[in-house]
Amino acid sequence: MAQHDDGGTNAAAGSAVEHSDLSDPGTAVVSSDAIQNPGLPPHRLRVTDIDPKKEKTAERNVYTLFYLSIVGSIFAVAAYVAFPITPGNTTSVRLNTLFLGLGIALGLLALGIGAIYWAKNLMRGDELTEMRHTTRGSDATRERAVEIFKEGNQESGFGRRSLIRNSLIGALLAFPLPGIVLFRDLAPAADPAKLLSHTMWKKGTRLTHDPSGAPIKASDVTLGSVFHVIPEGLIGREDALEQKAKAAVLVMRLEPDLLHASKGREKWNYNGIVAYSKICTHAGCPVALYEQQTHHLLCPCHSSTFDVEHECEVIFGPAKRPLPQLPITVDSEGYLIAQSDFHEPVGPSFWERS
Amino acid sequence: MTVTASRPVEAEVEPISSGGKFTTAAANYIDERTSISGLVKELGRKIFPDHWSFMLGEVALYSFIVILLSGTFLTFFFQPSMAEVVYHGSYVPLKGITMSAAYSSTLNISFDIRGGLLFRQVHHWAALLFIAAIGLHMLRVFFTGAFRKPREINWFIGFVLFVLAMAEGFTGYSLPDDLLSGNGLRIIDGLIKGIPVVGTWISYLLFGGEFPGNKLVAEFYSIHILLLPAILVAALGVHLLLMVVNKHTQFAGPGRTNDNVVGVPILPVFAAKAGGFFFVIFGVIVLIASLFTINPIWTYGPYDPSPISAGTQPDWYIGFADGALRLVPPGWEFVLWGHTWSFNMISVIIVLVVFLGLVAFYPFIEGWVTGDKREHHITDRPRNAPTRTAIGAAGVTFYAVLWAAASSDLMATHFKITLEGVIHTLQALLILGPIIAYHVTKRVCLALMKKDREIALHGYESGRIVRLPGGEYIEVHEQLSDYERWRLVSYEDYTPLMIRPNRQGKITGAERFRSSLSRWFFEDRISPITKGEIEQGGHH
Ligand code: FES
Repeated sequence: MAQHDDGGTNAAAGSAVEHSDLSDPGTAVVSSDAIQNPGLPPHRLRVTDIDPKKEKTAERNVYTLFYLSIVGSIFAVAAYVAFPITPGNTTSVRLNTLFLGLGIALGLLALGIGAIYWAKNLMRGDELTEMRHTTRGSDATRERAVEIFKEGNQESGFGRRSLIRNSLIGALLAFPLPGIVLFRDLAPAADPAKLLSHTMWKKGTRLTHDPSGAPIKASDVTLGSVFHVIPEGLIGREDALEQKAKAAVLVMRLEPDLLHASKGREKWNYNGIVAYSKICTHAGCPVALYEQQTHHLLCPCHSSTFDVEHECEVIFGPAKRPLPQLPITVDSEGYLIAQSDFHEPVGPSFWERS
Repeated sequence: MTVTASRPVEAEVEPISSGGKFTTAAANYIDERTSISGLVKELGRKIFPDHWSFMLGEVALYSFIVILLSGTFLTFFFQPSMAEVVYHGSYVPLKGITMSAAYSSTLNISFDIRGGLLFRQVHHWAALLFIAAIGLHMLRVFFTGAFRKPREINWFIGFVLFVLAMAEGFTGYSLPDDLLSGNGLRIIDGLIKGIPVVGTWISYLLFGGEFPGNKLVAEFYSIHILLLPAILVAALGVHLLLMVVNKHTQFAGPGRTNDNVVGVPILPVFAAKAGGFFFVIFGVIVLIASLFTINPIWTYGPYDPSPISAGTQPDWYIGFADGALRLVPPGWEFVLWGHTWSFNMISVIIVLVVFLGLVAFYPFIEGWVTGDKREHHITDRPRNAPTRTAIGAAGVTFYAVLWAAASSDLMATHFKITLEGVIHTLQALLILGPIIAYHVTKRVCLALMKKDREIALHGYESGRIVRLPGGEYIEVHEQLSDYERWRLVSYEDYTPLMIRPNRQGKITGAERFRSSLSRWFFEDRISPITKGEIEQGGHH
């Protein structure tokens, strides 16, 4: 039913975009005075269609490309052997990647370009036309489909026997339930909200260097310095990463009169040394950037900025809550220790937190 | 369906070579067992229209195949486990460091297996290309109206593929368990925890306990190599099947109508071009992968909740979500009724879901507004659907601002402006940008349509000045050929909907809304030129 058209005579008449589909056009304008489709323009021959010499050249180009592709693939195999990786030598890795890759790429590109070149220059060059028909099935087909459903309904009694049908629907709805329940044990039995509210810190826990775990003397914390801190005893724990994700702390020392401690928190610092949770109250990234001049902490993830002088309240960015403060003091040997755990959950907000 | 050639088919029978005999026998053997000749008859000479923009979907398809091939290779070496190991491989700077098996095996792939790094990079580059190509393909389909009936469902399936591709990207990105992807996961964890009622529990179950837990890599691995690819392949199959059923759209052009397809047959031309194009895409990806490093996880180190490097960036396709998190104004979090409402997270989720929802359902919305129930196989030139094109431009701008926001800190350092300045500018742009883009685009489209009309009626300005006998000078206009003119005048034209009462004599709210949308879409339309106008226009 389709035909090839190369002369421009078969153009259908009609509106600017012809439609044989007679469905409701909605608010489209169907004009009777529209310009008519002039039909396909005459086909222009390629040089390879006209000139046998050019055709020969094109043919030679195609098989040369295919041979080149073989060369590329073989080169890749050779490169696999010729450029081995020597342990500890990153240059050998780079060379292996480079030459293996170049060989494979040549094999693929020459093959692909060859095929396309062949199609463009030597295969049939004019365009063909095929007719479409509307997507919907023919009326007869649709009628037959409806009939089949009717027959199915009749022969099973699906519509008639409502008890069977409804109980079937019920059973189908119920059967996935165990599948959902099964996922409960992805995580242990504990209540996540409780876990999120506590960290490893407790009264007397020493503040230690991250990652070495060496305890920190208060006298070592000079003005302007910043220490990345983990609780003593973290290293070697089986859940070290989970604990660290909550307990990581930043310790800084400011002039004591720069600190604006609120009531009840005046004793949480030790001679101007303060410890704040390193876990951003926005989405939990480590708040790792400390500006010494301004005493601001900056979270690199979404730029929330916390003011250490004012109990780490948020001065910019999407975070809402200040970084929780860890109350600290020193033990008899002069090492920094925690007075207690944080007084509130650290890190991002969650529903059960209040 | 057959296509008969106008060019006489060479009739002389060639003597059958022994190779030919074998082919005949083999074909017969297979057909007698599979009836495959029917399929060849049905599809072998199917016509595919040709246009450069139709290749974008092909790029997506082929890069997906490259992803499957390279990914399968990687699974042979990767260990999806967060069990702690001490690294003893050949990358010296990390020797003796404790890390997960996932990270250490990724190091081994990169530094001990020949071609391992190459194919990690092939996999990553192909994934980036895959998502980019899907995005561009969607823009092509959107701006040319190729989503209209009967292709609305296929648009939706394509949208699902886009989301699946991003999910594949994100899960794959997280597998090496390096510092960069770990911080990405941490943000996802924070985002999930912000969901009211169920957030804490979803995070708890996802991470198998508290963040980061020891389950996630194994979980994501199953999702990344089994669950999502299975759904993706199935959806892709339906996507392609529907494309065959609906046949491809074509641009308006002489000889092209809504009832035909003009192009090249699958066998041999399309098959050769498409097959060749697959190898070209594959080759380009391998070439890029052998020349340019991507995701050098060894420089980031294994995941640790404490360190982070400044200026960390997610893969480009996650940027819009990350940017949205950055643009939330300060203080959007409240405690109410004993619970924490993190609107700094919730608002982001809502905005993204609404945005993606509008993308997913746009064809149904436009179809409802126009009420046009006819099939459309001729695609629009974007200018000929000014409102749609303007909406698209607004959407692209919105996405672009979110995306740019993901690099707000880099912009601030690069252009030496304050971070606050960058964020506030982007916040303003997020609202104003789409509005401006909408109006500018619409004006440009209408101006281009007017110009087309002008040209179709009076022809081109030839640049040739002629002096008339009366002494005045005019520029000669070169008339268009019928073929050239046809491209300019063949497009659909809609009028705004007039509200009419329904059968009960009532005007429903929905109809009112539809009519106002319709007015918005079509009130300043420019109609295509008619025959009458050409005849008049001819005499001047
Ligand atoms: S995680 Fe710190 S600003 Fe978002």
